[in-house]
Amino acid sequence: MTSYHLDHLQHLETEAIHIMREVAGEFERPALLFSGGKDSICLLRLAEKAFRPSDLPMPLLNVDTGHHFPELNEFRDRRARELGAKLIVRRVEDAIASGVAIPAPGEISRNRLQIPTLLAAIEEYRFDCCIGGARRDEEKSRAKERFFSFRDSFGQWDPKTQRPEIWNLYNGRLNPGENMRVFPLSNWTEMDVWEYIQRERLEVPTIYFSHRRNCVRRGGQWLPVTDLLPPKPGEEVRELVVRVRTIGDIISTGLVVSPAANVSDIITEIAAARVTERGSRADDKASEAAMEDRKKAGYF
Amino acid sequence: MFTEELMPPTAPVNVPVDILRFNTCGSVDDGKSTLIGRLLYDSKSLMEDQLEALERSADITGGGQINLANLTDGLRAEREQGITIDVAYRYFATPRRKFIIADTPGHVQYTRNMVTGASTANLSIVLVDARAGVIEQSRRHTAIASLLRIPHLVVAVNKMDLVGWSEQRFLEIRAQFEEFLPRLDIKDVKFVPLSALHGDNVVDPSPHTPWYSGPTLLGHLESVHIASDWNLQGFRLPVQWVNRPNNPTDPKLHDFRGFSGQIAGGIVRTGQKVLVLPAGVVTTVREIWTYDGAVEEAFCPQSVTLLLEHDIDVSRGSMLVGADHLPGSSCELQAEMCWMHPRPLQRGRKYLLKHTTHTVQAVVTGIAHKLNMGTLEAEPEPAELGVNDIGQIRLRTAKPLVFDGYAVNRLTGSFILIEPGTNATVAAGMLLPPRELVRSENGDYAI
Repeated sequence: MTSYHLDHLQHLETEAIHIMREVAGEFERPALLFSGGKDSICLLRLAEKAFRPSDLPMPLLNVDTGHHFPELNEFRDRRARELGAKLIVRRVEDAIASGVAIPAPGEISRNRLQIPTLLAAIEEYRFDCCIGGARRDEEKSRAKERFFSFRDSFGQWDPKTQRPEIWNLYNGRLNPGENMRVFPLSNWTEMDVWEYIQRERLEVPTIYFSHRRNCVRRGGQWLPVTDLLPPKPGEEVRELVVRVRTIGDIISTGLVVSPAANVSDIITEIAAARVTERGSRADDKASEAAMEDRKKAGYF
Repeated sequence: MFTEELMPPTAPVNVPVDILRFNTCGSVDDGKSTLIGRLLYDSKSLMEDQLEALERSADITGGGQINLANLTDGLRAEREQGITIDVAYRYFATPRRKFIIADTPGHVQYTRNMVTGASTANLSIVLVDARAGVIEQSRRHTAIASLLRIPHLVVAVNKMDLVGWSEQRFLEIRAQFEEFLPRLDIKDVKFVPLSALHGDNVVDPSPHTPWYSGPTLLGHLESVHIASDWNLQGFRLPVQWVNRPNNPTDPKLHDFRGFSGQIAGGIVRTGQKVLVLPAGVVTTVREIWTYDGAVEEAFCPQSVTLLLEHDIDVSRGSMLVGADHLPGSSCELQAEMCWMHPRPLQRGRKYLLKHTTHTVQAVVTGIAHKLNMGTLEAEPEPAELGVNDIGQIRLRTAKPLVFDGYAVNRLTGSFILIEPGTNATVAAGMLLPPRELVRSENGDYAI
């Protein structure tokens, strides 16, 4: 007797593939946001499962803040090449130079400046849909996100007027200038992502695994010492065995002290973790509504 | 202050084997968000930084008292007003199961929110305030759960502490439910007396209810038998996307023409005869292609790509079906509707109707009846369906729909209506069984 049963990862996978194919079926000019981080690595595998043996019917898009971990960009470029996918990179640096993104006086973080850079790329290529790797378990305003998340012609998210999303019937209809963000991993948790990476034997950037790095203690976090983040006078630089749990910019991503050297170590570590993934992201701690405010302005 | 240094790997890694999706509904102040907060808190699914954030907000807004509702009320306006605005999804796992919770708010737009949260649920929790007992909202939520054919229902009688843990009161509320349940279509109903605020019978058994011998809420969620929600009778594959490689370098792919989609019912096997609708042509499945290699059979709800024996006209919106259980096909439809928009549904109005993978024009040809939420009786021939109304309507579509009754197949028996212009999703529809099936003489129409 055959068992017609899907386990939880297979359920999440078929749900996500269905959503990917709805995007290909309903939109004229979709793009897939690929950063090289663990969530978008899963997205790429799901895209392969949805569309092979054809080429991916959408380009990959990344907003480069100029503050990325170099390992991440190397991985991003290589994966795109391996897949034969078209990769479009738009730089915050260029957006600042052309006046598209305007830093506040003294603003060092590129987090906010990603928004106008992304919106300009959407306009430039007339993308009507961007697939992203956001998950509802990441953060509580994301917990209210739909699979198909409507954005008005300013790229804004309005949580009060979201379209009801019923069964697996997604309403992708847009008027000119409007845009859809689609999140196939909405129902995935951090644990699901790592279990999927393990099951599919997906390669991830080396910074997810423990390595030696010079760090300084700042704001209750270990931050990597780089040219962008030199130690301040009086700060002690320590060489620690660390890894990243979530990847943001190199100046704001807290490193976790961890011996996890492979994916199965990471899974064991997450199972025992007592803080959430985004506990190490300074950009989320600014206020209780930090993510909500960025999303309303057009963030991923 | 929490530390970012992770604990040494000592905890066992459990891989739960299935997912239970449930939603919680009730009216304002029944304590839904508190109940979810309690489930997460007592099952140790909350992390230290989440607790810390709770404590931070408690100092500011709660006079120092931790408010478990702040865990789910994610938007600023929600925290300010102390209400839940939109469906929020939460995830937690115990060693026995993984859970997806849809927290569906109970005030304005409650039908919209509840239908959104419940349409994919295995189980619904209807919260009742033990002091108030059954109110119109309780009947409405239960009726929607029944209409959506959610297999399991739990009535959580909350705030039992405020009625002195009275068994008498619990039985009264149970009797109020049992008065109208026979008019609905719900097979499995469980009643649990609890206090979300204090945690009684949520995760841990309560010392205050010696008269209650049933499981705690979590105990029930962990053990309820979710016999497959998926229909394994009658193969259905709505085609989402035609898979044709452009200029492939591999010569084997020159003639590759696959039909990709998620199986919406039944099982398909290599070599099986399938009917292509609406073309009405019979062909054979040559190969079931997946990224992980060809398979001999595939079943609902797997996502696959089928290669067919004959070169026939198949595109997005076509449906491949098994010849043993035929679907219906018609332009004249009858459906149960949940209306979700302030602009009412009236006879003669035109909408876009999305069913499986295609969207067609549709006109409302009549409103058969509307459900009175006070009595759960059907009122015939109302002038219109307003926001949050539930009723039965007749529709005519510009092209025939290939469908099953919702009671038989949730995926091929459901649709949404979209208002042209605004593109708002205005209604959820559940089709009544087809009057006539695709005619079997098409079965002889082989190539």
